[in-house]
Amino acid sequence: MARQVARDIPDGAYVNLGIGLPELVAQYLPEGREAIYHVENGLLGMGPDPAPDAVDSELINAGKKPVTAIPGAAYFHHADSFAMIRGRHIDICVLGAMQVAMNGDLANWSTGEPDAIPAVGGAMDLVAGIRTIYVLTQHTTRDGEPKILERCTYPLTGRACVDRIYTDLAVIDVTSRGLVVRQMAPGVGFEEVQRRTGAPLFPGFAGSAA
Amino acid sequence: MIDKRVASAAEAVADVHDGATVMIGGFGEAGSPIELIHALIDQGARGLTVVSNNTGSGDVGLAALIKHGRVAKVICSYPRTANSTVFPEMYRAGRIELELVPQGTLAERIRAGGAGIPAFYTATAVGTVLEAGKETRSFAGRTCVMEHGLTADFSLVKARRADRYGNLVYNKTARNFGPIMCTAASVSIVQVEEMVSPGEIDPEVVVTPGVFVKRVVVVPDPALESQWVREGRSYP
Repeated sequence: MARQVARDIPDGAYVNLGIGLPELVAQYLPEGREAIYHVENGLLGMGPDPAPDAVDSELINAGKKPVTAIPGAAYFHHADSFAMIRGRHIDICVLGAMQVAMNGDLANWSTGEPDAIPAVGGAMDLVAGIRTIYVLTQHTTRDGEPKILERCTYPLTGRACVDRIYTDLAVIDVTSRGLVVRQMAPGVGFEEVQRRTGAPLFPGFAGSAA
Repeated sequence: MIDKRVASAAEAVADVHDGATVMIGGFGEAGSPIELIHALIDQGARGLTVVSNNTGSGDVGLAALIKHGRVAKVICSYPRTANSTVFPEMYRAGRIELELVPQGTLAERIRAGGAGIPAFYTATAVGTVLEAGKETRSFAGRTCVMEHGLTADFSLVKARRADRYGNLVYNKTARNFGPIMCTAASVSIVQVEEMVSPGEIDPEVVVTPGVFVKRVVVVPDPALESQWVREGRSYP
């Protein structure tokens, strides 16, 4: 899945990778392409994971994991970092999801349960400020419940903000006419993807009618 | 002569009053001014409103300040992280108030406060529960919410190096909220690992100009929050 996302990142893009699965995308960027990774806690130019003896507790990513900085990286304070996001300077954001709706609504910060500790971080800023939002997620929950729905039931992170969804089953575009399946994982058919999705899908892959 | 150096963390925080609003720098442990926070615990001020991205981990630093009942309210974007138990327990018990703010909005509210801007509009949080109760207005067809600038009585910040004028440079991603919190507080208090003579910091690389800083204290070898948590230590 992460490799699939990496293939869709163009040369020269400035990219913000969310916590969790999206962090894997950087290692799959195809040879010959250069992308600059933005870390919203204050680094432009995130490099590969550090060697165990080179961990620096003051050089971390948004998930508070140690990272490295590439030659040519820059550090900055939080208001500058979010000016990059809000000012439309970051091209692509790859985020995890709890739920995505057929109109592109995203819920990825809270289940809304009464005893949950609400914690939002930068998710709402990212989806409001970055034009291209890719979601990278398992197609269903651990219990097999669909995460792609007609309407989100969890509190929203943002409305109509998701452009494309990458799952273990398919790549799905959010379009004005609904959810369009662009690609399916090897051995997976359209009917299976539809069966495990809580919203209507349209075929839009090579060989399909659409 | 201008000399912002003070002899100890205790002296630096001596006048923090009950009910003060205190901005505390750091993103997780990176940039957390742990010695200043511990001095504030020793000092005893209560009923504080703390503005900070997180709420600390284990039983040290910001988590310890909260655990000792000194904090009435936090204004925060992500009040739980790995090893964060103090805030969740206090919050569930109804013993601490939370104002949840998206991280970029929190940063911009602090920046605006420090720049004398009372409020601004942003698209962040529109259409979510965090929009509730806020004035909205449409700009070029895009709905935005009004957010207020944030100021504080004190800010506690960690930097790498200072001179006696209070000019600061930071270390990597430990910079995070430090520069904007220095601008937004009446009294900004900074702990640094190293003090240098005026001129030794190239004016081209000064990150926080000294005008935003009131007090600087040298803590040459600051404690690492994660190491203390691993070792099961608590403060005091």
